Amino acid sequence: MSVAAPQTINTGTWTIDKVHSHVGFAVKHMVVATFRGSFEDYDGALTVAEDGTPELQGRVAVDSIKVKDENLAGHLSSPDFFDTANHGEITFRSTSVDVAEDGRLEVEGDLTLKGHTHQVTARGSITGPHQDIAGNDKVGVELEAVIDRREYGLEWNAPLPKGGFALDNDVKLEVSLELVREDS
Amino acid sequence: MSTVLGISGSLRRDSHNTLLLRGAGTLLPRDAELVVFDRLGEIPPFNEDDEHQPPEPVLALKDAIAGADAVLISTPEYNHSIPGALKNALDWVSRPHAENPLQGKRAAVVGASTGLFGAVWAQAELRKVLGAIGAEVVDRELPIGQADEALGEEGLPLDRDAVDALSATLDELLDPSAGADAPTQLAA
Repeated sequence: MSVAAPQTINTGTWTIDKVHSHVGFAVKHMVVATFRGSFEDYDGALTVAEDGTPELQGRVAVDSIKVKDENLAGHLSSPDFFDTANHGEITFRSTSVDVAEDGRLEVEGDLTLKGHTHQVTARGSITGPHQDIAGNDKVGVELEAVIDRREYGLEWNAPLPKGGFALDNDVKLEVSLELVREDS
Repeated sequence: MSTVLGISGSLRRDSHNTLLLRGAGTLLPRDAELVVFDRLGEIPPFNEDDEHQPPEPVLALKDAIAGADAVLISTPEYNHSIPGALKNALDWVSRPHAENPLQGKRAAVVGASTGLFGAVWAQAELRKVLGAIGAEVVDRELPIGQADEALGEEGLPLDRDAVDALSATLDELLDPSAGADAPTQLAA
């Protein structure tokens, strides 16, 4: 179960400021190069209960995936990867949120992708709260987690002519969130 | 003066592969020149009935290969393989066998694509086909992925390692003993 949030984070609901946030992923391809993509449509919140228990949850619209090549975007939407027509959302709900005194953050939770749900552990940091120029209370959350995409049914790959495979199976999920407290 | 015949596997006006060929031409030594064959789109479907009297664009390609010291092909990738127009042209060139100008000809393959993998599978299949035709094929690949951002205006890769790999490929194309210690694989 959850460990208490930092004393400085007020109870209530902190929602994502999408202008200043990023939800993306990184995967090795061609053995050594790194490819990054992102999603443009997502939302989520950090909710801190009266007893100080935090919960982080969010959803991503898979068809908002943003990559530079339209053919690649089409392939990523196909059943080889996300199968967007049948699985429109990626969801996450934390089962524990641990915050160290120095701001290090460890979040465990259930990630549902393409109809598969597995527990993942994300690590990173939380900063703030800080009051912005408009008087809103904000915190920053940085999290990374590594998943094996095959566990979620994203199994496409191809052997390279000179050895190795086109795509790594490990995918790093990269989340950078600016959260604003509602009614702050 | 050595002549390298450049063939782009793409017919597209603003082809990344045609651009990459031009970039490769700037890396050739002073005693070598790149001549680009730009009539691939004029070559009709191969018909064995006509192999002894091929259409004029086929004759032009065969003459250009015969007159060159080496052939450099830059290929895109369609459905993980060689573009049909390019494979078709090579089928013409290979026939009849006794007049095949690729027999014993030095050849190298590079490639670019806007996707992640830089036409790496098309390059492998093209090396296989060229070898089957009898060319002496440089066993190197140069996959330039995300080509719309990876190539400069002059056709050279913006990544220094990719330029070095292209140079090594050209060195080995012109001199089989060259580049023995150079890297053989490059990530896009």
